[in-house]
Amino acid sequence: MEHRASVIENLGEVRAMIKRHKRNDLLFAGLGLLCLMLGLVTLMLLFWQLIADGYPKFTLDFLTEFPSRHASRAGLLSAWTGSLLVMTVTFVTAVPIGVAAGLYLEEYAPKNWFTDLIEINVSNLAGVPSIIYGLLALGLFVYMLGFGQSILTAGLTLALLILPIVIVSTREAIRAIPVSIREAAYGVGATKWQVVYDHVFKYSYGGILTGVIIGMSRALGETAPIITIGALTFIAFLPPAPITAEPPFLNFEWLSSGFTVMPIQMFNWLSRPDHAFHINAAATGALIIVVTLLMNGAAIWMRYKIRKNIKW
Amino acid sequence: MANVTTPIKAEARDLNFFYSNGARALKGISMPLYENKITALIGPSGCGKSTFLRCFNRMHDLYPGNKYQGQIVMHPDNTNVLDAGVDPIEVRMRISMVFQKPNPFPKSIYENVAYGLRVRGENNKRIMDDKVEEALKGAALWNEVKDRLHDLAFNLSGGQQQRLCIARALATDPEIMLFDEPTSALDPIATANIEELMVELRSKLTILVVTHNMQQAARVSDYTAYMYLGELIEYNDTDKIFTTPSRKETEDYITGKFG
Amino acid sequence: MQAPVELSISPRLAKNIRRNVKERVIEVILMLAALVAVATTFAIVGVLLYESLSFFKTVSIVEFLTGTEWTPLFEDAHYGILPLVSGTLTTSAIALAVAVPIGTISAIFLSEFASHKTREIIKPILELLVGVPTVVFGYFALFFVTPLLQALYPDLSTFNMLGAGIVMGIMIIPYIASLSEDAMRAVPMSMREGSYAMGATRFQTAIKVVTPAAISGIVAAYILAISRAVGETMVVAIAAGQQPNLTFNPLESAATITAYIVQVAMGDLPHGSVGYQSIFAAGLVLMLLTLSFNIIGHWVRKRYREAY
Repeated sequence: MEHRASVIENLGEVRAMIKRHKRNDLLFAGLGLLCLMLGLVTLMLLFWQLIADGYPKFTLDFLTEFPSRHASRAGLLSAWTGSLLVMTVTFVTAVPIGVAAGLYLEEYAPKNWFTDLIEINVSNLAGVPSIIYGLLALGLFVYMLGFGQSILTAGLTLALLILPIVIVSTREAIRAIPVSIREAAYGVGATKWQVVYDHVFKYSYGGILTGVIIGMSRALGETAPIITIGALTFIAFLPPAPITAEPPFLNFEWLSSGFTVMPIQMFNWLSRPDHAFHINAAATGALIIVVTLLMNGAAIWMRYKIRKNIKW
Repeated sequence: MANVTTPIKAEARDLNFFYSNGARALKGISMPLYENKITALIGPSGCGKSTFLRCFNRMHDLYPGNKYQGQIVMHPDNTNVLDAGVDPIEVRMRISMVFQKPNPFPKSIYENVAYGLRVRGENNKRIMDDKVEEALKGAALWNEVKDRLHDLAFNLSGGQQQRLCIARALATDPEIMLFDEPTSALDPIATANIEELMVELRSKLTILVVTHNMQQAARVSDYTAYMYLGELIEYNDTDKIFTTPSRKETEDYITGKFG
Repeated sequence: MQAPVELSISPRLAKNIRRNVKERVIEVILMLAALVAVATTFAIVGVLLYESLSFFKTVSIVEFLTGTEWTPLFEDAHYGILPLVSGTLTTSAIALAVAVPIGTISAIFLSEFASHKTREIIKPILELLVGVPTVVFGYFALFFVTPLLQALYPDLSTFNMLGAGIVMGIMIIPYIASLSEDAMRAVPMSMREGSYAMGATRFQTAIKVVTPAAISGIVAAYILAISRAVGETMVVAIAAGQQPNLTFNPLESAATITAYIVQVAMGDLPHGSVGYQSIFAAGLVLMLLTLSFNIIGHWVRKRYREAY
């Protein structure tokens, strides 16, 4: 059964076999490329279709008009201002809480069951369907706390929704900072908070920012939770302006105002039988896609850049 | 020098190697591998000994941009394994390799050893069983694992994993076996086992071993090559290299004045 | 002698105490922020249970879990969740049938066959596509994919589970591809080298070594994808229809759990009515479904995490 030197003795056979195997390589590479392109090209095609469908509405008027019963006159004014205001609430609540939670979990939390509980919570929250946050908000914010179907409710709902994203990205950014930096700061007599704030937080700024941008873009596109809290779909007014001419210059009435946001407006137009409204929906969709892709693109680009520039 | 009656299994002829960043890692190396002998490559870190070893089975082809110049000729068929027309897969079927860190696949012990045969299209269970047993015996592992051939290979100890990797490399009856610092991740007892195994394997095949450890080279090898900064400084019988080196640099390295 | 010493120390001590108090206060504030996450979970469970319990005072749990009719808005109201579950499972199954093979093969290609440069370009695009809002995909399902399918099956209704499922699948492809590719990239190079050194081809290495080594990460990606499909709302609400329908036939129109919640929320059911409470009961079922998938996913990843 001496098998020795089998390759040279059966060179012809071996070569035929390698050729067969390499054909499999080629076949699979072709299949893989096809699948990848199928995914990517289909998506690109769909985006293209959306832009082409919505093209007639790519006008300034579309952004400065209120919704209307007449598709040709209907615009996005109340929707984009609504989105902007809701996102403002989301930003000012989710970012400080998320970053603080990330700092706590990474820098302060002792290793015990309680910390484990928080961590399991955060990772589970990231997997909860967004519509469940809508139900939470409906039960808690709208009725129990009496915030009503307002900008405040929507902003807080989306804040809870993106909280896990902000926390996770904060922790990842912090983890990239080496112990030696912390030791150096402690070495010159800094307190824990000085180390955390002056060094850990400031050096992980970029990483935190990418998480915040991705979270905000998610909030911009979310539809289901906002529908669930009962956002109105036909809003022909603007909330009270947040900035006033007289002191104290800031006005918080807008927080309790009714509102609509861009994805809801799109959904509403989409559900109309009249095809003219579908063009409006497509134009809104194109706007949402462009803005979210730009935000995500910026975040991903920053993340790659940060990864490449890590010097320690 | 070399025993005239010992046939040459392979030889490097004026071999140069360039990494994708343009760095020249090997500078005109010419050196024989005698059949059924153990040749050791020694030298300080970064001297190119692993780079040289990995030319034999064209491992550098896995990373784009690397470039070979010169020849590595295998006998008796006079194939230049570096020739662009020669398929690296064919070369790797003739020359197997054992790595620095044990790298078993996430499969059973049996499947790890059978992998090379499966890659060659062998599906006959009887032949497979025989070859796996033979290879595990050849790697002095059979007695330890014969009752748990279908356990996951990760459950073995480091030394056992490395012997498993040797069995894996042995199962396909290679002509040459390359060892890239095979004991650097192992404890002294496991190291002694592997060294003993290499000496035994010598009767079946030709061995080229890169080692960091000069005592190891002295213990196991028949021939030793000292490399420095990508050049072959000296090649000779192991006894001669360690007793009467002809070059000053070799002597400095061996006596510990340098390196 | 003692007085001056005391004088020089006490301001420092005072400062120390002030500093320690400040440090402590900051830590507590940060901890409260972290507790928001825990509070959110409790609030979700609390709200769902509270409203569901009121719901189950009117509707028996047995009817809810085994009933085959879901007609809460009719005069003769029935609350059997099964039609919504069948709609949810059917659309999710279609989505996975599309996304799992295409996503996995794409991931293998990207990780093992594509050049470094291709990967550097495609990978960020995949990450980018994961973030596209889902309402947009509803538009595609309704106005692009369904008309295409209607060209093949002329009697397909405008709202159908097939179109919604396919679009959901396309939506999930980047997710599966990106996560599976991460898992395969994490397989150390030494394992690939071990395979190539045995004379294996790329295909053999990819299928017989890298994929098995990364299998826990890949399976976890599938499970998270299932959980995403089950919880997806907008695509199905827009394109699969609003009629609860106990069927697994993808050509029919059927409401999912999420679509039902949207439908009720868009309507004007009074707060506190059984209809209002029913969306929380439906939400509870959805939450339990996705939670179990998420737990299985995390467990798989932890349990089979390879110790390279």
